Amino acid sequence: METEAVIENIAKKFISDTVAFDLVKSRRGIITIRHTALTAIAEYLYRSEGYRFIIASALHTRRGFEIYYHFSLDTSGLILSLHVILDKEKPRIESLSNMFSASNWIEREMHELFGIDFLHHPNQEKLISDGNWAEGVYPYRKEFK
Amino acid sequence: MGFKDYCFRKSLWVFHFGGASCNNCDIEILDCLTPRHDLERFGILLVGSIRHADVLLVNGSINTRDKDRLIELYRQAPKPILVVAIGACGCTGGIFAESITFAGPVDAIIPVDAYIPGCPPKPEAIIAGIVKLAGKK
Amino acid sequence: MSRKTLIPIGPYHPLQEEPELFKLFCDGEIVRDIKWETGYNHRSIEKLSESKTYDQVFFLVERICGICSTSHPFAFANAVEEIAGIEITDRAKYIRSIIGELERLHSHLLWVGLAGHFLGYNTVFMWAWKYREPVLDLFEMITGNRNSYAMFKVGGVRRDIENSKIPVIRKVLADARKKIDLLAGAVMDDPVIHARTKGVGVLTRQDIIDYAAVGPTARASGVAIDIRKDDPYAAYPLVNWKVITAEGGDVFAKAEVRLLEMYESVSIIEQCLDGLEKVREGDITVKVNEIPEGIGAGRAEAPRGEVFHFVVSDGSNSPARHKIRAPSYVNIATFKKSCIGQTIADATISLAAVDPCYCCTERMAAAYDVSSGKRILNATELIGISLKRTEEIRKSGAGHE
Repeated sequence: METEAVIENIAKKFISDTVAFDLVKSRRGIITIRHTALTAIAEYLYRSEGYRFIIASALHTRRGFEIYYHFSLDTSGLILSLHVILDKEKPRIESLSNMFSASNWIEREMHELFGIDFLHHPNQEKLISDGNWAEGVYPYRKEFK
Repeated sequence: MGFKDYCFRKSLWVFHFGGASCNNCDIEILDCLTPRHDLERFGILLVGSIRHADVLLVNGSINTRDKDRLIELYRQAPKPILVVAIGACGCTGGIFAESITFAGPVDAIIPVDAYIPGCPPKPEAIIAGIVKLAGKK
Repeated sequence: MSRKTLIPIGPYHPLQEEPELFKLFCDGEIVRDIKWETGYNHRSIEKLSESKTYDQVFFLVERICGICSTSHPFAFANAVEEIAGIEITDRAKYIRSIIGELERLHSHLLWVGLAGHFLGYNTVFMWAWKYREPVLDLFEMITGNRNSYAMFKVGGVRRDIENSKIPVIRKVLADARKKIDLLAGAVMDDPVIHARTKGVGVLTRQDIIDYAAVGPTARASGVAIDIRKDDPYAAYPLVNWKVITAEGGDVFAKAEVRLLEMYESVSIIEQCLDGLEKVREGDITVKVNEIPEGIGAGRAEAPRGEVFHFVVSDGSNSPARHKIRAPSYVNIATFKKSCIGQTIADATISLAAVDPCYCCTERMAAAYDVSSGKRILNATELIGISLKRTEEIRKSGAGHE
C-alpha cells in the first residue's frame, strides 16, 4: 500500500531521525521526527518528491510544544504529517520559510499564539495579534498542573 | 416636527461597518442593492463616508481591534444618527461571544437604536428593519 | 528621491477610517511593495472549538466564512469521520456534494459580480448577483436558510432532500446553465475585459508551488490540483466531471476557470440528483456512539481551494485540538508576486482575482504619501482609478484589434 511504501522510504533515508510511526493508513501518515531533522526531511519531501506544504498545526500538551507539519502528495491524495516535540521552556525550531514562502504566515501565527521561536524566519513579525492581545501573552498556551 | 424627524424625513443614507464577521451579513446587506431587493427604491443609499450617513449599520462580533475603530466612527458620525445592529453577532456576539478577543456586542460599545437578528438576516428582514426604524422616527 | 505612495483598495462601500488590509507602496503608477495587515477578524475560533461538543462545532465552523460556509463543515466532518472510522450512506454523500456544489455556484457567481464591479462593469455585478438569487432560493428550500445551512453532522446530514423537490432543483439548474452562458459570454468575449485582465496579475507555476496556492488560483496557472479528484470524498468519485485548468495564470485565466467550473458544478449536481433517485429516501445518517481517541485530517475543495481541518481527539466530547486552514490563507499571500510591478489600476483586479474571502476583500487599504505621511487616496478613489482605466481602454478602442 502506498502510504506504507512512502513511510518506509523516509524511514530508510532518515533512519536516525525518525522517532516513531504514529499513523500509517490509506492516504494518511504521521511520523514523529527529531526536530533537528525537520529542514532536511521537509526539503526532501518538497524538492525531491513534489509534496505541497498544507499548513502546520501547533499544540501545547504535557509533553511540550508539538507541531505537525502537514504535507500533501496531490498525485495520490496522501497527507503526510511530520510531528515534532519541542522544549517546554524554550520551544524553538528552524523556520521552513527560507525554503518556500508557504510557511511564512503560519510560523508567525504560531509564534504569536504559542510563543514558539522560528529560527532564521525572514520576518517574524506580528500577523494577527496587534490590538488583539498584549505583548508576551500567548493565548493558546495551556496551564498544566 | 422635531429636529430628528426633520432629519429623517427624506431618504436614508446608510453607512456600513463590519466587525469581526463571517461576512454573511455583509453579503446580505449588499444583496439589498441587487435587482431582486433593490434598496434604492426606498431612497436608501449606501454611502462611502460616515459623515454623509443617517444610519450606521454594524454587523459582526466586535473584537478588541475593531472596538476602537467603532468608537471613533461613532464619534465622527454626524448626530443624530441611527445605529442598527445586524445579525446574531451584532446583537449579542452570537456564537463568538465567548471568544478571547470578543469586545462587543455592539450595544456595549455604542448606543443602538434597532436590532435585526438573524444568521444572517434575509435582505427582506434588513429592509423591513430599516424602514420600520425610519418610520418610527 | 522617488516618492513612494501607499494606495488603498476599497470595498464596495468603503470605510474611510479603516485599518488597512492591503497597503500598496507605489512609485508613481507602479506598485513596488505590499504590506498586508490583519487581525481585525480574529475570533479565536480554534480555541472556541475546544469548548464545544462535536455537534456544536459544526455551527461554529460554518461561520468562519460566509461564502465558503459549507466547505468547513465538510472538511471537519471528513476529519472526525476519519478518526471514528465512519462510512456514511450513499444518500448522505450525494446530499453533501449537492450542497457543496450549489455553494460553489453561488460563490463563483458572487466573485464574477465583484470582479465586474472592480473593473467598472456594474451591470455584470447586478446580473451575477441577480442570478445568484435562484441558487439561494434553492438553499432556502432545502435547508431553511440562504446562507449557513447546518446540513452536516458526524455520520451524515441533518436533513434529507426529498425526491419530490428534485424536479424544482433540476429546473433551477437548467435556467442557471443559460444564465452562466450569458455571463460567460459577457465576460469572456468582451475586448475591454480582455485588455484589462490578460497578462495582468500573473502567477507562474513556480509561484504557485512556492506559495503552495490552491483552488482556481492554482488551476489558472496550470497546476491541476483539486481535492475532489486528488483525495476524493462524498459523492465526487461516484459521478463524472473534470478538473478545469487554464494556462496563463493571469486574471483572465482565473475568471475562465471559475466560469467553466460552474458548468461542472451544475453537471455534478444533476448527476447527484440522479443518484438520489436510485437510493432509499430518508437514509441520511448512521449511528455514531462516540469519537474515540485519535487524529484525523479532513479536507474539502471549497470554491477558493483546499480547506484543511486537523482534529486531535482525546476521546471526550470536544476536540482536544482543532486546526483550521482556509484556502485564502495561502492564496492571499501570492499578492506579493501578482501585484508587484503592476500599475495601481491593475493591482485592484489582481487582488480580487485571488478571490480572497469577501471579508478580506471588504477591508482593503489606503494610500499614503510616504514623505509627508498624509493619506492621499482613499478606497473609493482607488476603485475610481480602476474604473478610469477601463474607460480609457474603451475610448482608445484598444482591445478591438
